[in-house]
This record gives sequence, C-alpha cells and structure tokens, in this order.
Amino acid sequence: MSGNGMSGSGTSERRDWPLWEVFVRAKRGMSHVHAGSLHAPDAEMALRNARDVYTRRQEGVSLWVVPAFAISASSPDEKDAFFDPAADKIYRHPTFYDVPEGVDHL
Amino acid sequence: MTAELSARSDALAYVHPDKSGLFAYVVSLADDSLIAAQRMGHWIAAAPQIEEDIALGNIALDLLGQARSLLTYAGQVEAAATGTPCDEDSLAYFRDERDFLNVHLVERGHGGPGGEPGSDFGVTMARLLILSTYQFGLYTALQSSTDETLAAIAAKAVKEVDYHRDHATMWVLRLGDGTAESHAKVQAALDAEWPYVEELFDNSYIDPSLLESRAAVDPSGLRDVWQRRVASVVDQATLTLPVVPPAVTGGRRGIHTEQMGFLLAEMQHLARSHPGATW
Amino acid sequence: MYGNDFIAPDETPRDPAPVEEGLEEFQQIIDAAGTIEPRDVMAEGYRKTLIRQIAQHAHSEIIGMQPEANWITRAPSLRRKAILMAKVQDEAGHGLYLYAAAETLGADRGELLDALHTGRQKYSSIFNYPTVTWADMGAIGWLVDGAAIVNQVPLCRCSYGPYARAMVRVCKEESFHQRQGFESLYALSHGTETQKAMAQDAVNRWWWPSLMMFGPADDESPHTAQSMGWGIKRFSNDELRQRFVDMIVPQAEALGLTLPDPDLSWNEDRGSFDYGKIDFAELFEVIKGNGPCNKQRLAHRVKAHKDGAWVREAADAYAAKQAAQISDGTTEAVA
Repeated sequence: MSGNGMSGSGTSERRDWPLWEVFVRAKRGMSHVHAGSLHAPDAEMALRNARDVYTRRQEGVSLWVVPAFAISASSPDEKDAFFDPAADKIYRHPTFYDVPEGVDHL
Repeated sequence: MTAELSARSDALAYVHPDKSGLFAYVVSLADDSLIAAQRMGHWIAAAPQIEEDIALGNIALDLLGQARSLLTYAGQVEAAATGTPCDEDSLAYFRDERDFLNVHLVERGHGGPGGEPGSDFGVTMARLLILSTYQFGLYTALQSSTDETLAAIAAKAVKEVDYHRDHATMWVLRLGDGTAESHAKVQAALDAEWPYVEELFDNSYIDPSLLESRAAVDPSGLRDVWQRRVASVVDQATLTLPVVPPAVTGGRRGIHTEQMGFLLAEMQHLARSHPGATW
Repeated sequence: MYGNDFIAPDETPRDPAPVEEGLEEFQQIIDAAGTIEPRDVMAEGYRKTLIRQIAQHAHSEIIGMQPEANWITRAPSLRRKAILMAKVQDEAGHGLYLYAAAETLGADRGELLDALHTGRQKYSSIFNYPTVTWADMGAIGWLVDGAAIVNQVPLCRCSYGPYARAMVRVCKEESFHQRQGFESLYALSHGTETQKAMAQDAVNRWWWPSLMMFGPADDESPHTAQSMGWGIKRFSNDELRQRFVDMIVPQAEALGLTLPDPDLSWNEDRGSFDYGKIDFAELFEVIKGNGPCNKQRLAHRVKAHKDGAWVREAADAYAAKQAAQISDGTTEAVA
C-alpha cells in the first residue's frame, strides 16, 4: 500500500515519504501496542525501517505498519472542533487535508 | 611438501612467514568485514534518509561485530603459536598494509572505482548485494565447520548477513526499477563492482589442510549459488548482469589498491600515536 | 533548543500567544498534571510552541550526529568504534521519534527538514563547536549528554502525550551514552600523561558551552512563564543548570579532572555548588551563525539531503509502479 493521500505540503523536493504508524508486539501473549510513526515509500520498507527504529532488530518481535491516513479514529473525549468526533483521522496531519500552499504550520 | 603446496606457501611467504594457515584464513574473513565496516561508517550522518542512517549503521555494526569476533579468535591462534598476547586491536591497528588479507571489493571508497571522492548510494548497495550474498553463502557453509569457534561465529553472522542481503536487495530493486536516473546509476555501479567479484571465490590462498579438515569453506564452491541469487535480483530490478573481465587483484596476498593505504592511515593513526595505551 | 530559546541581543522576541476562548478544559487538564493528546482542543500558541520546540529538539539530534560521526573512522579501538557507531545511530533514532511527535500536531516532516535546511528553524548551538580530539567524544558523552538528560527527564512528564512518550524512550538510551562518555574519559585520565592532558583539554573546551545548553538566566527568559503555564517546562533554566552542576562536580572529581571555573565552590547554606558567571557573548555569536562549525554542519546536512534526492525519488517511483500493478490486478500485493 503506498501513496501519499492528498498532499498539499509543497514542492516534491520538500515532500517526505508517506507516514506509517507502527505497532509492536514485544512477545507472545501480549497484544500489539502503538510505538510511533515513521516515513517509508512502501509497506516492505516500512516494515524494515520499523524493525530497525522501533525494535533495534530484536528477534521474536511482531510488527504491524499501517499507512497513517488509513486509520479512522473515534475519540469523543478529545474535543477539538476541527474533527468529527464520530470517525476521523488520528492526528492533525497536513497530508490528510488540502492545505493551500504557503500556510505556515510553524 | 608437494610442489603445489610449496608454491602456495611462497605466495604467502611475504605476508605470513611464520603464521599458520588457520591464522591467515581467519584474518582474511575478519578483514573483509572490518574494512567493509570501516567504509560503511562514512554513511552515518550522510545517508539519503534518516531511516537509512539507522539501517546502514546497523549493518556497519554487524560487520564490525563479525570482524571483532574473528580477529579475537585469530589473536588467540597467534598467541598460542608465539606465546605473545595478541588481540583484536593489535591486529586491527598495528598491522601494516601488506598484512591485511581482505578482498579489493570492500576497500574501495563509495565514490567510484578509481577512488573518486564522495559517496554514491548506488555503489554502496550494489557492493552490499555482492558482498552480503557471498557472506551469506560463506557463513551458511561455515556453520558446519569442524572448527567450533568458526562454526559459532558463523551461526550468529549468517542471520545478520541475511538481513544485509535483504536490505541490499530491496534497494537494488528500487534503484533499478525506480527512475531512469536511478536505473542508470545503479547499473553503472554494478558494472564498476563486477570486476571484483571473482576474487571472492578464489581458494588458492587457503591452506589445503584446512579445506581437507573442513575447518575452512572452499569459496569456489559458493560461486554458482551466489550467481543464481544475484542474477535473480538483478533481473527483477530490470538491470543487466555485467559481463566484464575480472580485475587483477591480490588482496588475499596482501596486495591492495592505492585506497587501502589512506583507509588504514585514517583508521590506525590515533592508536599508533599512543602505542601501548588503553582506550 | 530543549525548550530554552535564546534571544540574541539584536533579535526581537516573539509576541506572547494571545489568550483564546473555550480553552478552560485544556488548561484544567494541564493544571491537574494531566496529558494533552493530539486531538484535544488546545491553544494555538501551545501547538505552535510545541511544534517549534520538538522540531528543534529533533534537528539537534540529527545535526548532533555529525560532530561524533567525525570520529567513527578514527576511533582508537574496535570497542570504542562500535560504541560510537551505536551512539550516533541512537541519535538518528531520537530524531525520528521527535519528528514523529511533532507530526502529531499537524507538522510535516518534509517541511520541518526544509525549515532546518533553510535556517528558519534552529538546532542546539552546542553542536556548532568542533570535535578536535578523541577526548572530545568522552567530553560530549559526559557533559553534553549529561546536560541533555537533565533537560529531558522533566520532559518525560510534560503535558503533551506524544512528546512525553518520545522523551521516555530517548532518556532510556541517553543514560547509556553518558556513562560511556564518562568511562571513555576515565580511561584517558587514568592512562598516559598525554591521554590525561587530552582529556583535561577537552573538558576545558566543553564545560562552559554545556552550561549554556540550559539557556539564558531565568531573569532573561521571557518565554519560561508561558511554557511552565502550559506544562511544557517543569523547571526553570537556572534550576536545571544548578542540578547539572551539582551532578557533574563529584563526577569530575572521580575522573581526576578539573572543571575550568575558579569560582566553583560548595555552598553549605544552599546545599549546592556556586559557579562562575557565564559569558554568553561567544554563544550569541554562535547562535547568529558565526560559530566555528555553523556553516559546515548545515552544509553537510543539506548536501546529504540533496545527494540523496535521486534515491528517495527512485523509492517513490518504485512504490508507485507497484501500486499501479496491484490496482491493475497484474501483481500480487507485495508483502
């Protein structure tokens, strides 16, 4: 799975690889836990990078990587009006939305 | 001694007048990994993507770890023979150019075949594909070595180089079947590395008694499988397998490229400036 | 960096964030030492301050790789070479964790890196000093990472969840680095006379810049109050700096090395070490871009990025081809 969703974040020189969320199951008997995110061009590399970055190549660790934009979230407790409380994105990622050029996030 | 054996001994004569075949064999394996690790170190803080800094750093650490295990063993073999202590650092930092037994493949910079400055990621990945596929075949076989220490080192190393091979494959596929520019660059890199392939499979420097006793692996027996594996990746990457004559080498006899001297000067200078010091 | 933004004398301070309506719950969570998560209502100033701070923290990790990576090929023993490689690799990882945390706030890593490359965002000035001897590796591990730890431990409890969680991960690894730096200096200070002199020289050069990592004195830190009100900063610059000095002085003694401050002395009443007045003038020069390594560090980073463009593009092109094949039904999905 690849692709950058709707990117509005500037020239191709500045655009990074797509964002993936990483879930790690440290050992059998436990469930996968969200560990963080990283950028990779495709799923195969996302898995390899996740193993390097989030497990430091420990053996016996199970990894899931999911394109960040594919995750839908419902968090009624977090009440930012910008989001639909019923089913929305997990973060305020700029790549999810059509952001006009020149908008300064910083 | 047979004429053949005596000729082989002569070939090693300058390099290791008093050293055993086992020492030379272990050192040759160690030096491949040590020098490869040294070159890979240049990519840290310079890779095309932060994730790649981490991946290449891991690979360099693996190679260095293999070198350390092998050099430590070689040091023990040497110490047993001479009665003088010899460890990984005395071998890494206090041997001269003609005593290193690595292949030419690993000692050249990542800028290009003639020692051009700079670091070309295509060169690094083409070279890693070649080296790691070779080391994978080597360590797989070496796991069955009659020398217990070598077998143990190989058992650990084989998993590591399998990862290196996977990493190099991933990148060669992406560079070969990526953009027109990346295709051209990685093809050029492959063409430039290919003359150094044959040296990996040369067995003439290995003490025949080690091959007989199955302590050592005969690298000439690894060639066919290696070729199939690499050809498969090259083909899938829409690249062409180079057809080039082998370079004149001699690394296994301590005859290196001009780049080796500079590499060793950088690597050894500090330790040699303070002989006997502990760090 | 690390939440201690310097204003050089000729720079104008940023305006304090305007107070926004509807943020009572946001402030209540913070005041109760709770955690703000990415989709919470939050003050725009909070979001922007955090993006900037986290990004500059990340940039510091990335640029900070360079002064140490310099010595990997020249390390004087294989063990030290391995330790240094692993340390620099950890720093890359820390940068990644931090960029990931910043992205949860609506930043984009490509944009953040661009801000670094064009000078719109900064990194810690400590990395604009050169590493001129092997002993600098030990000094950086001991002093610079030591200072970073003192800054970062409180951040593990900062109000913003993703940043705090990234800090927990970072702190675990950072403590190794400091110990290894200390160990490396110890080997030098208990080695030959030349090695000992090398160690002392490095400490003499890195001590004051390490103290300055904690930022300006409290009475010259206009943003501290707001940062504390938002639960981003838990202790003031001077408090953290004092903590660092008190930790380091006995360690210096254990090393058999001196710290280049004639005014360093134990104050029984305060239960802390008094130390000399810091001269920030040199640091302001470094912040403005006139330090020994400013141009070099950024140029190295920009070059790595530019030289790698063809590689990143190739990976993108390959991914696009694979995706097209999948949707055409011509290939199995790649595992």
